[in-house]
Amino acid sequence: MNLVTISGPPSSGKTSVILKTIDSLKQRGLKVGVVKFDCLYTDDDVLYEKAEVPVRKGLSGALCPDHYFVSNVEEVTQWGLTEGLDVLISESAGLCNRCSPYIKDIKAVCVIDNLSGINTPRKIGPMLKSADIVVITKGDIVSQAEREVFASRVNLVNPSAVIININGLTGQGSYELSTLIYDESENIETLVGRKLRFSMPSALCSYCLGETRIGESYQMGNVRKINLENKDTGGAL
Amino acid sequence: MISAERLRNRSILEILEDYPFTESFFRNNGIEPGEAGSRPEILSLDWQGFFDTIDDEEREHRALDPEHLLVQLAEFVNQMLEFLDEGQQIHSLTILPGTDKSGSPEGFRELVVRTGDVISIVGPTGSGKSRLLGDIEWVARKDTPTGREILINDDSPDPSWRFSGAKKLVAQLSQNMNFVMDLTVREFVELHAESRMVENRAETVDRIIAEANSLAGEPFEAGTAITSLSGGQSRALMIADTAFLSHSPVILIDEIENAGIDRKRALELLIRQEKIVLMATHDPVLALMGDRRIVIRNGGIARVIETSEEERSILSELEELDRTLLSYRTKLRQGESLLA
Repeated sequence: MNLVTISGPPSSGKTSVILKTIDSLKQRGLKVGVVKFDCLYTDDDVLYEKAEVPVRKGLSGALCPDHYFVSNVEEVTQWGLTEGLDVLISESAGLCNRCSPYIKDIKAVCVIDNLSGINTPRKIGPMLKSADIVVITKGDIVSQAEREVFASRVNLVNPSAVIININGLTGQGSYELSTLIYDESENIETLVGRKLRFSMPSALCSYCLGETRIGESYQMGNVRKINLENKDTGGAL
Repeated sequence: MISAERLRNRSILEILEDYPFTESFFRNNGIEPGEAGSRPEILSLDWQGFFDTIDDEEREHRALDPEHLLVQLAEFVNQMLEFLDEGQQIHSLTILPGTDKSGSPEGFRELVVRTGDVISIVGPTGSGKSRLLGDIEWVARKDTPTGREILINDDSPDPSWRFSGAKKLVAQLSQNMNFVMDLTVREFVELHAESRMVENRAETVDRIIAEANSLAGEPFEAGTAITSLSGGQSRALMIADTAFLSHSPVILIDEIENAGIDRKRALELLIRQEKIVLMATHDPVLALMGDRRIVIRNGGIARVIETSEEERSILSELEELDRTLLSYRTKLRQGESLLA
């Protein structure tokens, strides 16, 4: 079985891209399944069911969605194997721009859209910077110039990625993506022992443990203070 | 080709001097070389030394992975060097036939289009225009659903056309496109010119704005916000901008509506800039401006029609009608009587 992790900011068009890509994979006789990770709510599973794609969803609720993803990705892989899938796609929304659920040597695709603004690529962390393939959507509604500027900004933060433009409505470009994500020789049986490409943000402060009160005396553990003296660093240096 | 290992041994300052374009790479990856300010000496450190000045906690905070960044930097430098070397000029594109949706062979033997050619594409919605464009953009090698093959300069193309972000074969101008940025016309064109590493930037920007104005029915100022341009003005700016700044040799135009833009001049501008123009249109005036017409049916190219002299003779008649209609439109816009 092949495993592909697809992530991207909310509303960037992940589900549309995946559905169109599955059409192409199915035409080659491959069995594809999807696991959708989200935070509080998703009804994308209905869309997959409608397309007759085996689907499971995982809602992280009060937990960090990406931590939830890593804690469950092995179980999900085993589900895909019992379903007899050729390709298992995990779809997750990058919610804090710092995280990345990508795993070493497992194909990683990031979906972002042209409408998100040309400064967005530099704001997104490892989710964009360490992806193998970057899919840019919604190109049909912005000008050619904006598309070119946006793609060049993506290229600046991740020069080694393959950049593909996909129209989620017509599916233009999704056939091409399908040829890049399936590799006949790849056979994943377990993820145990594999590693994330990038560490997730360190947390564990009092708020992680359920604290709701505001004020320094309630803050414990890994706490970082904003630097208001210097207007440029935002606490970075 | 420069390897990551060679870059590793150079100081950050040397890298910036040898490859000035890397400044934007550093900035976009969360490192401000110019901002070292109080500690300029750290710029003379090599890769390892430079990142050693940033402690582990800070690295994690900023999601910095020095090893990964070094590999990415080398990739970026190589791409930019290739991009700046304008050796590879495209002069022709060849489409070799595959099959339509039913598996029947397409109705042509070989279609060669050269820079300066205008080819129109006709056929109902859903007939396979997107797939044809997809095949060109992906430089198909008999490995797409149609089985078509695309050659560049009569040769099997370099796979980098497929995978590179900076280098795309096709630029697209479709009908429902909009400008979405909050910028003035000048700022916008400057931004695009900057991303294309244009040398005489100010001159190019002025020229694009002047050309766009000569195409637009109603002139506009360089200080106008792009989001407040009219449909015709937007299209004029998009076409002029693509003609001068797009790196893509092929331009696909999805219908140019006959409002607020001089369509003939727009095409002439693209031809002058040595573009290959593909135009999906059902407007007879535009279709006849093309040298050939590709007829698409059932997912395949059914035939290729050469525009004949006889057909062209209808063109002048149609253009006359077109001009008449346009002059009434102008009168209407200017608040005049249509009878005057």
